[in-house]
Amino acid sequence: MSAASSQTAPAVIDTSATPTLKHDHGTVPVQTRSERFKSYDPEAFPAVTGREVEWKFTPVDRIRHFFTGELDGSRYPFEQQIDGAAVIEWIDRDDSRIGRAGIPEEPASANAWASFQEALLVTVTGEAVRLHLDRNQLGDTPRAAHTVIHAEENSRGIVLLENSGPAQLDENVEIILDPGAQLTVVTVHEWDDDALHVASHFARLGHGASLKHVAVSLGGSLVRVNPSVHLASEGSEIEAFGVYFADAGQHLEHQVFINHDAPHTRSRVTYKGALQGTDARSVWIGDVLIQQTATGTDSYEENRNLLLTDGTRSDSVPNLEIETGDIAGAGHASASGRFDDEQLFYLESRGIPEEEARRLVVRGFLSDIIQKIGSPELEQRLEDAIELELRGEGASK
Amino acid sequence: MAVLEIKDLHVSVQTDQGALPILRGVDLRVASGETHAIMGPNGSGKSTLAYTIAGHPKYHVESGSITLDGQDVLAMTTDERARAGLFLAMQYPVEIPGVTVTNFLRTAKTAIDGEAPAIRGWTKEVRESMEKLRMDSSFAQRNVNEGFSGGEKKRHEILQLELLKPQFAILDETDSGLDVDALRVVADGVNRVKENTGLGVMLITHYTRILRYIRPDFVHVFVDGRIAEEGGPELADRLEDEGYDRFVHAANVS
Repeated sequence: MSAASSQTAPAVIDTSATPTLKHDHGTVPVQTRSERFKSYDPEAFPAVTGREVEWKFTPVDRIRHFFTGELDGSRYPFEQQIDGAAVIEWIDRDDSRIGRAGIPEEPASANAWASFQEALLVTVTGEAVRLHLDRNQLGDTPRAAHTVIHAEENSRGIVLLENSGPAQLDENVEIILDPGAQLTVVTVHEWDDDALHVASHFARLGHGASLKHVAVSLGGSLVRVNPSVHLASEGSEIEAFGVYFADAGQHLEHQVFINHDAPHTRSRVTYKGALQGTDARSVWIGDVLIQQTATGTDSYEENRNLLLTDGTRSDSVPNLEIETGDIAGAGHASASGRFDDEQLFYLESRGIPEEEARRLVVRGFLSDIIQKIGSPELEQRLEDAIELELRGEGASK
Repeated sequence: MAVLEIKDLHVSVQTDQGALPILRGVDLRVASGETHAIMGPNGSGKSTLAYTIAGHPKYHVESGSITLDGQDVLAMTTDERARAGLFLAMQYPVEIPGVTVTNFLRTAKTAIDGEAPAIRGWTKEVRESMEKLRMDSSFAQRNVNEGFSGGEKKRHEILQLELLKPQFAILDETDSGLDVDALRVVADGVNRVKENTGLGVMLITHYTRILRYIRPDFVHVFVDGRIAEEGGPELADRLEDEGYDRFVHAANVS
């Protein structure tokens, strides 16, 4: 593998009868992800046109108020459940424990940062922590939120962030893993049909730390969750998983950025989604940057989409930037397609009716990711939620 | 006693050059308990016949009929055909990621019977059948055909045959890619099902090897989309010695 190579392989599948967007693949300039503009100040960003690389697939007009509008940054209600040594508390916005994992790279993130009054701090200290944080009464007012999840040295646990009900939420989530920490963070989006949610997750991993990050997006009108992971110390490791099910009119977007910035770091990114119904949309952009500092790294990213009906559209763009000649492995895969008719025929030839055969195939396709969460109750609940989506009775339709 | 009857069947597939005829008038009658070997060179239409009976959408029936005890099979969807008692053991079974063998078998059994099998009896039945087919118990938790070897896929097909208890089974080149030991295990499975359920079998094969283990009552030689010759088991022995040249040559001249 030569030094400083860059690959871009966009994959677009469009089953819309009349595509309304034009694409100009090949004319997008290759840019280095590490040099993207960063600021805490929303005013410092130029106005969003919708042509920017990070916005070009997003219906920006639906979330314009998140860029510059006023956002309610006050406390909000949530439910919590904690097993093991962990604490949830509100902290002031000038607390020094805020701002350790990353800096906003777009104005919605910066506006949320400028607008929150207090941050919710989750501190994990124990070795078998199970923490559950449920937001289901955020209301219809546009609001900003800031969450800091901090896993102390050698701590272990799972943090479940569950989201449902109405929302107009613009937020940042910081995830900090001290050396040797092993944490799973699962963020589940089962918002009401008309909810809008734009989130930036910034993770920073210490020496030998290991993060499993799982994004599950099922409900909401527009949900855009962008996890950025900074593998800042030797031997740190990220497994980033995502699963989504977009119904008619739903826009579900995930932009993942893995920044290999230390030797012997490892990343695995796997996102899988299903789309069903008119104007069901999904976007996945996977940026992997392997810096000169990151010798001996191993990375692989993958996105797969199953387009269940006509009128759906899935954009899938893996980008791999490699700035060192000394890596253990780097690869990517992206595939979006229709049902495999041979799979259906096989199941039907065993007496299984077509509708049930379809559900079996989709459920199997998505279960792959669900089974990696590590919480049997949540896994079962999500399997059931996907079953409802498949029957057209999901949270958002 | 049930009868599967095929009359003057003409089948084509759609290609870039238009409809390509594959079957050109096939007549065949299989009754319960009978084993019919369908033999013939590659490209003669043997697999097309198998997939047409099962209802694969790729194959278009131009004319003729397929009936099961007088019922019109061609009017049924693929899953209806399976529920009516037809089973196709495929040459290349497909992988279904994320769906375990256990889940798949129970779903299929439920669909065929119209009700879920009683858990305890079913679990035992599956386990015993797997043991007889020399399949490791870990198979049950693996995803359908994912990472299975060629021999494992064929055993899994026969496992389904034994559990779903159809009236007629079409075995499409079940012998291909099997070593002698695996072939014997698979053949024993088919013979066991025949004995227990009175299954009627259409055994599609290129080679005579499997016929040493599953004795056919009738042998049909397929050439160029129709049956060129029929006879008893002795015809298979003759093919073993002479090959298909005689038929292929005759077909080309006619």
